[in-house]
This record gives sequence, structure tokens and C-alpha cells, in this order.
Amino acid sequence: MATTIKIDVVSAEESIFSGEATFIVAPAIMGEVGIYPRHTPMLTSIKPGALRITVADSDEEQLIFVSGGILEVQPGLVTVLADTAIRGHDLDEAKALEAKRIAEETLKSNASEVNYALAQTELAEAIAQLQAISKLRKKVH
Amino acid sequence: MAGSKEIRTKIKSVENTRKITKAMEMVAASKMRKAQDRMRAARPYAEKIRNVAAHMSHAEPEYKHPFLIKRSDVKNVGVIVITSDKGLCGGLNTNVLRISVNQMQEWSKSNLGVKVCTIGNKGSSFMSRVNADVKSSLVGLGDAPHIDKLIGPVKIMLDAYVAGEIDQLYIAYNRFINTMKQEPILEQLLPLSGEKLGAPQGQWDYIYEPDAQPIIDDLMVRYIESLIYQAVAENMASEQSARMVAMKAASDNAKTVINDLKLVYNKARQAAITKEISEIVGGAAAVSG
Repeated sequence: MATTIKIDVVSAEESIFSGEATFIVAPAIMGEVGIYPRHTPMLTSIKPGALRITVADSDEEQLIFVSGGILEVQPGLVTVLADTAIRGHDLDEAKALEAKRIAEETLKSNASEVNYALAQTELAEAIAQLQAISKLRKKVH
Repeated sequence: MAGSKEIRTKIKSVENTRKITKAMEMVAASKMRKAQDRMRAARPYAEKIRNVAAHMSHAEPEYKHPFLIKRSDVKNVGVIVITSDKGLCGGLNTNVLRISVNQMQEWSKSNLGVKVCTIGNKGSSFMSRVNADVKSSLVGLGDAPHIDKLIGPVKIMLDAYVAGEIDQLYIAYNRFINTMKQEPILEQLLPLSGEKLGAPQGQWDYIYEPDAQPIIDDLMVRYIESLIYQAVAENMASEQSARMVAMKAASDNAKTVINDLKLVYNKARQAAITKEISEIVGGAAAVSG
């Protein structure tokens, strides 16, 4: 009987983590989910936060910060398709506008809108990072 | 010694050029290795996301994502042209721009509207020069491509596809084969063909949280982005190796030019000395005689 589950954390730019785990906690969009081996197949989006992986054959808990992405669970395999960028409708829109702006070569853009979206996501990222750090601290003490 | 000073200056200037091309060759060689690593690092993600997308496209028959639907009537096409930001890399950009422009002309002949998205400085300036309908562009990518930067320009094309402004989307870039060989290609991105996704393994469905549709939407966009990222990474590896090869050729050519010039210079010097000696000998003979 399988007591471990394989986990792959990959982003578009690199492979972040790959190994066997006994327990995984992921920040899913509807709330944190805990995954044990032989979990039923599931697919969900994840939001910025910490991924906690209890690595097999050791008491070590691996903390990985992700800026969102997609979580795929199969009975023996968990795949985290991590985003390297913080995503959001507003931000994606802002980036699209920026690309358009370069294309049109207009000199001035509506900077305030872009900055607002950027600040919002920076904040989300900072909060998630802080949470990850505080969790890590708790473990150390 | 007529001309010997000019030749010396010329040799000096060619030597300086050679120093620069040699330095660029070495820089490109070290960047090339990193660019190739990045290209390889991007593969697992693309594979994983393709597996999931393949499964979902079969598991969820009620909802078909627009990216998967083939349109019978094609009126407009979009093309993403990936080039480098900097020049001095041989025929790399010219090749990819040539196949894009040839294809664009063919589309225009068959009365299709063409919309362009450019990634990289060279393509951007070229496309605006030929008055193409540039919808979005991205310049200043740097040495390491970031998906972060690609989201914006790509989104415009994907939105245009979903809104029906374009019915097909292509991508043009240099495929990296090996250090000596890069191949410009033009591929179709959208609509995604079924065989490209492959068939799923087994018959089962996921639990979707919160709902299948938004996850499929997210996944499809990411899949396309990862394909484009892969193309950009390949183009960058191609760029560095093309630059390395081009700079090596330039250094070798400079070396040949220097050798030729040195030969001419030495001949001129020799001739001057011979002339001087014969003048002295002639003078002495006249005095003593």
C-alpha cells in the first residue's frame, strides 16, 4: 500500500521541487487543502501562499512559496503548476494595456491605473510571503 | 616610406575590431550555455500542463474551450513574431522576419486580415517599417525571459482570438537545433489541434474546485503562454549561438585582413630599405669613382 505520494512543483521557468511526500498542504482558492496519499483526483486553482510538504523518510517539512497556479491531484501524484508571476484580472489587463501602449508608441500612459493594480498584487505577495515566514518561525521555535 | 603610416593605422583599427568581436564571441558563448539551460528547464512545465490539458479536454465534453474549436470560416489571422532585441547575430532575425513576411503576403493575397504581435526590438521596428497592423509588442526582454513580461502582449492576441477578431494564431521564431544550426519556423498555435494535446490515460474525472470552467480557462491560457515562453527561450538560445558563430567568423576574418595588411606593410618597408641602400651604394660609388 502506498504511504507516500509523489509531488512535482514546476513553474514555467524551472522545476522547483520533486520528491515523495507523506502529507501536503496547499493554499487552494477555496481554502487550504490537506492531501494524503491516495487522495481522489482533484483539480483546483491555488492562490499566493505557502505550500507545505512533509517529505517522506524524514520529519522535515518543506515550505515553498507559490504566487498562485493550478493544483492537480491524482491518487499517487500531485502536480503543482506554479505561476512565477502574481496573476490577477486587473494585473493581466494592465500588462496587456502596457503592451498595447508600446505598440502604439504613445508616450504617456494612464499610469495611475497600472500602478494601482501593481501595488495591489505586490501587497498580496508580501502578505503571503509574511505568512510563509511566520509559519517557518513557529516551526523553528 | 610612402603609405606605411596609413597601413599601420589600418592594422591598428582592424586589431581593435577584432578585440571587440572576440570579446563578444566569448560573452555569447557563456550566455548561450545559460540560455540553453533555461530552455531545458521550461520543458517539464509544458509537459505537465499538456498532460492535464489533454485529460481535461476529454473529461469535460460539455464545455469546449474556444481555443479547441476550429473555425470553418477564417477571415483574420494573428501572428506572434519573436526576434532578438539586439543585432550582430548573423541572419537570425532576417530569416524569421522573411518567413513571416512571405506568409503575411500570402495571407493578404487571399484577402485575410493580418494582425501582428512582436516580441523583441528587431521585429518591432521592422514590422512598423513595413506598416503591419501591430496590435501589441514587447521590447527589452533582457537575457532571461520572464513569463511575467509575456502575459500582456500575449493576452491581447488571446483576447482577440476569443472575441473573434482573429480566427487563427501563428507563432514565428527560431527553433534551436544545435549551436551551429537554428531553423526559422512558423507554427500554428490556435486553434489547438487535438493530436497535439494527445489522448488521456484512463477514464476518470476530477473533482473541480470551485468549478470546471474557470479552471479550464486558466489552464488553457497558461498552456498557450508556456508554449510561447518555450518559443522565446528557444529563440534566445538561438540568438546567443548565432551571435557566437557570427562573432567567431568576424574574428577569423579580421585575422585574415590583419595578416594581409602586415604582408603589404612589410613589403613596403622592405622596398624602402632596399631603395635607401641602393641610393647609398650609388652615392658612394659616385664619390669614390
